Amino acid sequence: MNNELIKKIALPFLVFLFILQVWAGISTVVEDFPTPSDTYVAAFGGINVDGDEIEGVLADPFYINNQDDKGIFWQIMESLKRVFAGFVLAILVGVPLGLLIGMSKSAQYAFDPFIQILKPVSPLAWLPLLLFIFQDINMTAISTIFITSIWPIIINTTLGVKSVSEDYMNVAKVLRFSPMDKIVQIILPVSVPYIFTGMRLSLGIAWLVIVAAEMLTGGIGIGFWIWDEYNNLNYHNIIIGIMVVGLIGYLLDLIMGRIADYFDYTKKGRA
Amino acid sequence: MNDKFLSLENIEKRFPIPGKDDYVAVTDVNLEIKKNEIISIIGHSGCGKSTLLNMISGLDAQTEGNILLQNKEVKGPGPDRAVVFQNHSLLPWLSVYENIEMAVKKVMPELDSSELRARVDKYISMVNLDHAKDKLPDEISGGMKQRVGIARALSITPKVLLMDEPFGALDSLTRANLQEHLMRIQQKVQNTVIIITHDIDEAVLLSDRVIMMTNGPHATIGEILEVNLERPRDRVSLQSDPEYIRCREAILSFLYEKFAKDDE
Repeated sequence: MNNELIKKIALPFLVFLFILQVWAGISTVVEDFPTPSDTYVAAFGGINVDGDEIEGVLADPFYINNQDDKGIFWQIMESLKRVFAGFVLAILVGVPLGLLIGMSKSAQYAFDPFIQILKPVSPLAWLPLLLFIFQDINMTAISTIFITSIWPIIINTTLGVKSVSEDYMNVAKVLRFSPMDKIVQIILPVSVPYIFTGMRLSLGIAWLVIVAAEMLTGGIGIGFWIWDEYNNLNYHNIIIGIMVVGLIGYLLDLIMGRIADYFDYTKKGRA
Repeated sequence: MNDKFLSLENIEKRFPIPGKDDYVAVTDVNLEIKKNEIISIIGHSGCGKSTLLNMISGLDAQTEGNILLQNKEVKGPGPDRAVVFQNHSLLPWLSVYENIEMAVKKVMPELDSSELRARVDKYISMVNLDHAKDKLPDEISGGMKQRVGIARALSITPKVLLMDEPFGALDSLTRANLQEHLMRIQQKVQNTVIIITHDIDEAVLLSDRVIMMTNGPHATIGEILEVNLERPRDRVSLQSDPEYIRCREAILSFLYEKFAKDDE
């Protein structure tokens, strides 16, 4: 094993030990704050502080007791479904709109002010309005994610179109490309890496927002679950929830990055 | 054969400057180019030589005057006037083969797949790039990229081949190598070629006539030099050829005595 690899494993481990120390310190100061070992038991099962044998949130993630009491796996699946539904809708609307704005000065003039004003609004500000419109938790969450995701996708798609070099367009002109040819053969290949950067940003923010959105909408989902555990005084489960959300967010970003690289012509042929 | 293959009549190009008089880049350009003639346009930077080429290619419109190709007015860009760009302009996500295929497919949609393949392969062979046909542009050298650019331009059998400082970005050895390629190909396919250059040796070596441009603004044709050298031309033996030396001196004197430019 080389030196670099040892560092890569040992250093995070040291930081982990440090975090555990700080955490244990906090739990001695704050009353009822779960200790690292309480949390471990709550996650993977064992004998808890009260001397009871428990199953553990992560040890039995698939249980379904009733409509309102499901394992953490189902909570996460529900959140992921909403994120993907909103995300896909945002791609379907955002990419064509971004292409249009990138290619047409008029479209840019028409849409840009609204994008600039709406982009900085927290998607959660929309949530009450969406709840009022749809009167449905699922639709509200999905449409909130849609609004969250669409701005980076539009903006990055536009950026991609703008980055098409004049030289490539000259080639297209000499060959008398139709507008459709231009989009398919030149604009899209150049823009795809930008579009995927936008999608990656969007997905990251969507995953941030879904937790907060579900806390507000209630029902089911990892955000609701975390809030529910707060109400049940199960503070250790909040910590577990944070870790699970973090891990899944990291995986989503990793997968999205892989997909982005696959479609990025600048990364082809030199793996 | 009609001598009037490509003609430029009273060409002027002005660029509007807000609040001021227009900037007259090129004015009063009259030129007749014969079929299968190789013309170089040489001049200091800013003399409007690229502007002139862009007007012939149709990528830029002239403000005044007419450009006629086989007695037909040239309007907008088209595949009958293929351009080899200085920076090659290959699409970086397509392989060498696909870059040429894309052009042929677009210009000759009537070809079936085997004809298409044969045609693309023929032009790849012409520039000796058979071994690199599946490579991406970023994986080959600058000289090879430019050869692909030439193959792509020739593959659509243009009436005129326009080259905008085609070898300007290359080192001198690569440049010489590409000039040889171009001369060899030209012997084979016989095309009408217009080359923009700022290299005197390149102009003399490649051309039948060298068009010398005066400095801008109001740039126009200063002198036209006939290069009476037999083809195929050999760059080494030309160095002592009296005609070659005469042509070189004529251009040198034009560029550095009559129309010297201080700021370069």
